[in-house]
Amino acid sequence: MTNTVHEPSEQALIQLLTPEGERRSHAEYDSYIQDIDAEMLRGFYRDMALTRRFDQEATALQRQGQLALWVPLRGQEAAQIGSGRATRPNDYIFPTYREHGVALTRNVDFPQMLRIFRGISNGGWDPRENNFHMYTMVLAAQMPHATGYAMGVQRDQAGWDAERLEKDGTAVVAYFGDGSSTEGEVHESMVFAASFNSPVVFFCQNNQWAISVPFHVQSKVPLAERAAGYGFPGIRVDGNDVLAVLAVTRWALERARRGEGPVLIEAVTYRMSAHTTADDPTKYRMSADEEAWLERDPLLRLEKHLKDNQLADEVFFKQVAVDGDEMATRVREEALAFPDPSLAQSFANVYAEAHPLIQEELKWHLEYEAGFADTTEEGATR
Amino acid sequence: MSTTTMTLAKAITAGLDAVLANDPKSLLIGEDIGRLGGVYRVTDGLIDTYGADRVIDSPLGEAGIIGTSIGMAIRGYSPIAEIQFDGFVFPAFNQITTQLAKMRARSEGRFGAPVVIRIPYGGGIGSIEHHSESPEALFAHTAGLRIMAPSNAHDAYWMIQQAAACQDPVIFFEPKRRYWLKGEVDTENPAADAFKAQVIRPGEDATIVTYGPLVPVALAAAEAAREDGRSVEVIDLRSVSPIDFDTITESVEKTGRLIVTHEAPTFGGIGGEIAARVAERAFLSLEAPVIRVGGFHMPYPVAKVEEQYLPDIDKVLEALDRSFAY
Repeated sequence: MTNTVHEPSEQALIQLLTPEGERRSHAEYDSYIQDIDAEMLRGFYRDMALTRRFDQEATALQRQGQLALWVPLRGQEAAQIGSGRATRPNDYIFPTYREHGVALTRNVDFPQMLRIFRGISNGGWDPRENNFHMYTMVLAAQMPHATGYAMGVQRDQAGWDAERLEKDGTAVVAYFGDGSSTEGEVHESMVFAASFNSPVVFFCQNNQWAISVPFHVQSKVPLAERAAGYGFPGIRVDGNDVLAVLAVTRWALERARRGEGPVLIEAVTYRMSAHTTADDPTKYRMSADEEAWLERDPLLRLEKHLKDNQLADEVFFKQVAVDGDEMATRVREEALAFPDPSLAQSFANVYAEAHPLIQEELKWHLEYEAGFADTTEEGATR
Repeated sequence: MSTTTMTLAKAITAGLDAVLANDPKSLLIGEDIGRLGGVYRVTDGLIDTYGADRVIDSPLGEAGIIGTSIGMAIRGYSPIAEIQFDGFVFPAFNQITTQLAKMRARSEGRFGAPVVIRIPYGGGIGSIEHHSESPEALFAHTAGLRIMAPSNAHDAYWMIQQAAACQDPVIFFEPKRRYWLKGEVDTENPAADAFKAQVIRPGEDATIVTYGPLVPVALAAAEAAREDGRSVEVIDLRSVSPIDFDTITESVEKTGRLIVTHEAPTFGGIGGEIAARVAERAFLSLEAPVIRVGGFHMPYPVAKVEEQYLPDIDKVLEALDRSFAY
């Protein structure tokens, strides 16, 4: 068995920006990014830089004991910003637990995301506010939810004509990774979506590593090729190229909205950091591999493109850095100021309707806790 | 009053029909539930009335059925999913316990996933492996789920509608060996609240608590006990989670003796939970320990010996004898 890291085969990969930041034309996908001007490119850079700065701050907060855990995304910014910026407000997103960059594109407030990792909430934000679902910690469990949601969308949009679908139609994006690609629920979600031709885009960030297990243990073929087995298109895109990711995701979403069914996108990227703050990549991968991927850093690539084409000046990059630091300060302040939850609150959301056992146990809990207050006072006066 | 005689299966069909007619967001999904009408024909004919968009013949995959049901519920639909047989629910166990049960808690009460999961359950039908199980305790242990098990046609007609109307996820265990049990269904006067137990036979000397397929067994045992001069009260639990402990406690305070019987294995079962609660609530009323009559701690046995495995009238009477002899 080989231990080599899976290398993307360049010819099969959709790429619009080379690692050197040069724009490459593509007969099929150029048309999907015709509207992207310098300001929008700078916007993507800013999104990616802010996401990386947030990631850095959250990692620091974890190291300082302020978060139970953090899930870094460094290296995956282009895959997330490119795909997230391809969505429309009425599309619905089912993330894994690493989609901090997609969250930014959906206007989820960064500090809110830390409620999960600070042990305050298992949800964190209101998914309906931005059509960005809660993080799902059980790998791939969100995948059939995405297909089911898309099946609901189909019923809501029954009878819509092509024009209305294109204008107001909803598509669903299901994020997953190379690690969770082996879960049975990925398979079932794709079978159901194919059978019912549901408007869902399966977006896989292949970051090469499932914690310590390399991609070649998960799959013997590029994941995009699996789509053929389900009967819908699969496409491999350079996941560190924000333009290419944007283009293919727009293509897939438009197709889904038109009623042409699901697409599987494999965004080939690299997890430049650890799986989580509890992980130690030095135990399982070579620093040479990490260094090789440094050259493909998605932020550097866009930075080169912006600079080489005089699309952004030093003032811009400095301002992004300043904005990032300000955002990080706010994230830190707000995260540390979150009020602690109470166990009594946890009783409230187990059921929607009145439940005798919940009522009985809550009553007992409150009386028990109240009893401690008395004991403390008595102890103090004794 | 509009009363019709129906089998328990047809009562569920009629209940589902009423749900689909009254709630445009409701829909059915499962394996073979459309054209075939389900392997037990419980959904027979509904696809003709409501179409394939609302009576969905799904691909074969239980995690997919429950997972997509959760997704449709998040979108605002009220899916009623069918799992073909009790022993086939386990591929969906992850979706039910980590996702369905916890959606409301995880969203901090913002939304839940009001999915109903219908499962034909229990033994006594002479079937092959995995077709005769009673896995209710596995789900009762998971907070966030509600569990119902009707025992008669009238309850089945109304309880499936109450399950569909409930904003919490409900697992609806259908006693498959009683599918052909006929009963009077009053389609105008609703059955009691599905989460309330019902005293279906009053008595003074002992109480039998049961649910689902063993209700007729408990009633027959009570009738047999009457010939021995014992007045036995029978309670049909109806809801397995939550359990209506108030009704049970009230009965035990009167009778002093309690037998709990279910097909599921005794160990770690619903009977143990009831015994513990009754010991806490009515210890001084008890004349004898609570006795459980359930399945043995083994995989559900082969059909040729299942009669020896299942609780029956004689086993319940033997338990009553032990209780009175204490």
